[in-house]
Amino acid sequence: MVTMKNRGVFGSVFINSSRTQKIVLLLMSLALSVLAAGCFIIDPSANQSTFEPLGPVAERQLTIFWWILIGGAVVFVLVGAALIYALVKFRRRSEEETPIQVHGNTRLELLWTIIPAIVVMGFAIASINTLFYSANVPKDSEKTITLEAIGHQWWFEFRYPSPNGPENEVVTANEVYIPVGIPVRINLESVDVIHSFWVPKLAGKVDMVPSEGNHMWFQADEPGEFYGQCAEYCGTSHANMKFKVIAVEPAEFDTWLSDQAAPALESGDPLAKEGAGIFKDAGCSGCHSLKTIAKTGSKGRVGPNLAHVASRRDLAAGMMNNADGAGNVNDAYLQENLRKWLENPSEIKPGNLMSSQAAVYTDPNKTLTERQISALVAYLTSLK
Amino acid sequence: MSTLSLAIPRPVHPSGLWNWLTTIDHKKIGVLYGVTAFIMFLSGGVEATLMRIQLTKPELDIVSAAVYNQLFTMHGTTMIFLAIMPLGAAFFNFVIPLQIGARDVAFPRLNAFSYWTFLAGAIMLKLSWIGGATDAGWFGYAPLTSVDQNPGKGIDFWIISLQVLGVASLAASFNFIVTIINMRAPGMTMMRLPLFTWMTFITAILLILAFPVITVALIELTFDRYFDFNFFNVARGGSVVLWQHLFWVFGHPEVYILILPAMGIVSEVLPVFSKKPLFGYTTVVLAGAIIAVMGWMVWSHHMFTVGLGPVANAVFTITTMLIAVPTGIKVFNWIGTIWGGSIRINTPMAFSLGFIAMFLIGGISGVMHAVSASDAQQQDTYFIPAHIHYVLFGGAIMALTSGIYYWFPKFSGKMFDEKMGMLHFWLMMIGQNVTFFPMHFVGLDGMPRRIYTYAEGMGWDLWNLVATLGVFILIAGFLVFILNMVKSWKSGPDAPGDPWDGRTLEWSIPSPPPEYNFSEIPVVKSLDDWWNTKQGGNGKAVPVSGGSGDEEHDIHLPQPSYWPLVTAIGLFIAAYGVVFNQLVVPWAIAIIGTFIGFVGVYAWSLEPVNDPDEDSAH
Repeated sequence: MVTMKNRGVFGSVFINSSRTQKIVLLLMSLALSVLAAGCFIIDPSANQSTFEPLGPVAERQLTIFWWILIGGAVVFVLVGAALIYALVKFRRRSEEETPIQVHGNTRLELLWTIIPAIVVMGFAIASINTLFYSANVPKDSEKTITLEAIGHQWWFEFRYPSPNGPENEVVTANEVYIPVGIPVRINLESVDVIHSFWVPKLAGKVDMVPSEGNHMWFQADEPGEFYGQCAEYCGTSHANMKFKVIAVEPAEFDTWLSDQAAPALESGDPLAKEGAGIFKDAGCSGCHSLKTIAKTGSKGRVGPNLAHVASRRDLAAGMMNNADGAGNVNDAYLQENLRKWLENPSEIKPGNLMSSQAAVYTDPNKTLTERQISALVAYLTSLK
Repeated sequence: MSTLSLAIPRPVHPSGLWNWLTTIDHKKIGVLYGVTAFIMFLSGGVEATLMRIQLTKPELDIVSAAVYNQLFTMHGTTMIFLAIMPLGAAFFNFVIPLQIGARDVAFPRLNAFSYWTFLAGAIMLKLSWIGGATDAGWFGYAPLTSVDQNPGKGIDFWIISLQVLGVASLAASFNFIVTIINMRAPGMTMMRLPLFTWMTFITAILLILAFPVITVALIELTFDRYFDFNFFNVARGGSVVLWQHLFWVFGHPEVYILILPAMGIVSEVLPVFSKKPLFGYTTVVLAGAIIAVMGWMVWSHHMFTVGLGPVANAVFTITTMLIAVPTGIKVFNWIGTIWGGSIRINTPMAFSLGFIAMFLIGGISGVMHAVSASDAQQQDTYFIPAHIHYVLFGGAIMALTSGIYYWFPKFSGKMFDEKMGMLHFWLMMIGQNVTFFPMHFVGLDGMPRRIYTYAEGMGWDLWNLVATLGVFILIAGFLVFILNMVKSWKSGPDAPGDPWDGRTLEWSIPSPPPEYNFSEIPVVKSLDDWWNTKQGGNGKAVPVSGGSGDEEHDIHLPQPSYWPLVTAIGLFIAAYGVVFNQLVVPWAIAIIGTFIGFVGVYAWSLEPVNDPDEDSAH
């Protein structure tokens, strides 16, 4: 009796119960421990966790997921319990015994055809609403903005209609500002292979398919920085194709947009001036533009637009962080990152076009000198 | 006639290597298929292990980005086309004629040709590692497969070897359909066919309908790459989504091609070790057939994020959810089978039960991302590899392993070591759950699949480490398996004809079966005929020692032949000639190979039909 007390309530219940009850208790404790484990195995605060939705689209998608997860768990426990119960209960006890040769049971089989059919149909139909909701910006939205996201191997180009007419579109890369609380429609395109546009905390992904003209929408409910990543395998550096969505108050967004629409600042620093010369002479400007380039041409759009590169929190499509904890660009980080990139871009992003096509990397006679790299770094750091 | 000079006599009782090269015995071909597929499985396992090692920690640099992308492409292609499919074929070959009471398949030489062609395709694909394998994914999405994106030969090897493998699979499928329809023993009606034979029959039909779709897609891709066509070239009016439709119209039935034979094996094993007939035989057969039909209506669930629109996504959500119903029926009927039975858990049974548990998880996660509304978050994350490995590893591989243990006494004539078998089982169960379950977590925490590296601080470190550790448990499991197989085959105790108290005809003959299988073709009276015979229910005498006599008396068997091998070699050379079509003289090698193939077929058709033994004094 003493030992039984030490085992606690559960222990004594366990010992005193029949074989069948023991099985049920074991299964219940198993299910409970799985649930308890579930609380720490998924980390909703992880940068790309789908369990911390911060906008209405991701939220409704998660709600659907929860329902289906719970439904799945119930099915798993029920069927698993039946399986384990049968295995324990009907273990062979003697070689001689021959069980009754049951060939089936039509009523039972109809039951486990019809009930699952109704259950899965219920789930499917209940989810359709969300499917349509996440496809298009709600019609009753008071205000929306539209922007374009264009996939390149391996970076994202973003284009905003400008307040000052179409020739002044704002073009940026790998970092997309949006106003808080306003639905954002994103038109998705790709210039090469299929990419996929995904910001887990704001919305599920939609592919960027060449010439298919896809679109999606999301809305951020609060200011913050949201991680995004290409989700469709797109070649060598697929793993290195990331971006950030930065949600700010609408007023701040307007300021940001007009800053970006302004031409790049020319720095007075002599080293930066020298860098500006190299930027033109070494061929950088053939692929990287410092002003708005129309979407029709590819010249100046092969690489990311650099008009305000020094204002971006990351370099090389999310590969290197330029910002401090508060999200402000730190010039020292930026300079270090730019230097690393310019010294050997293929180390950071294997297979990238710059290291395979730019003369300064392919022609040994044109390799950038230490001095030239410093000048370019100084120049690019001045492009706030 | 001069043509008769080609009518070279068939090899007479070849021995050693020649025996294997010229054999047309379905049992030997089954063993060839099985051993080759297992070697391919190991090569795919090595590829997987390298990937897992690379992902153990963030920002490791064990393999380069380029090599990693080749690894996952080859891993997928290998496991699907070179491991699971041919492992299924190994069982078709070995088991089907024995289960239906036949002495061989309908077209024994075509059967040998299927194997040699499969081997040719397998060698070709794996050798493409020399010089760089394809890195466009096993699904080969356009335009990653275009010449612009992928100028190397890797893709060409992938395309052509898949075509060669397609020839092998189609030939085998026609052979099995004809065999199952025409070679059944008297009284073996369709609704008395053992479940494994039924599932093979359905699989073969699915295969001859599905493979032509990918054949067409691959031909289009070949034309794009070799002759500058524009099927998938967007700049000139092609469509990259076209490839996806074609690929998945093939690809989804392919999933059922992989899993239906596995379900067939489980449906054989559970009744035997429960001493009870399969619960709801007709329902299980019908469920298999319904899966095969519905398998054609769900392909776009692989394309939920492609932008087909909410209407298409809603429709494919519903069809995909519905296909869970016949699959569920099978699971329920399996539980119904063991319910009230007399369950003996030994290695084959443990693997079949493990299959149910693992397939249940894979099935549920499948239903979870069948809901396209929430799948937008899971598509192309690690959640999907988690699902597919529960279905294809926990599902197909567990069931095929169950089948290997179950029929091991029959094909080797030896018993395996039960203790090592159970050790293998537990290592597999623990290993696969440690490897694949964490992939659900990192997937839901936003880790995309097919990335060769990931940054620190994303919250993916722990579970990637755990997943990699799981791989080593699996490796230990397979070492135990290999050891068990080799040891038992060489020096295991002799197996009786019917070691498991079986229910189907293959257990009514000695282990290993004589070359002619059945000395007397059995007359089938019922479903589970052998079981009923043993119970005295069929009014037939039970043969002594579980064998239907082993006295050879003038049984005519088809003789070995050189020509299936020669034809396959011709195809192999022609395939290389297509890949290297500009070598020496343009297209010359392809033409030479084709010529050898034609000579093979020609000589094959003129080969003497009669038993050469008749005119040689022996």
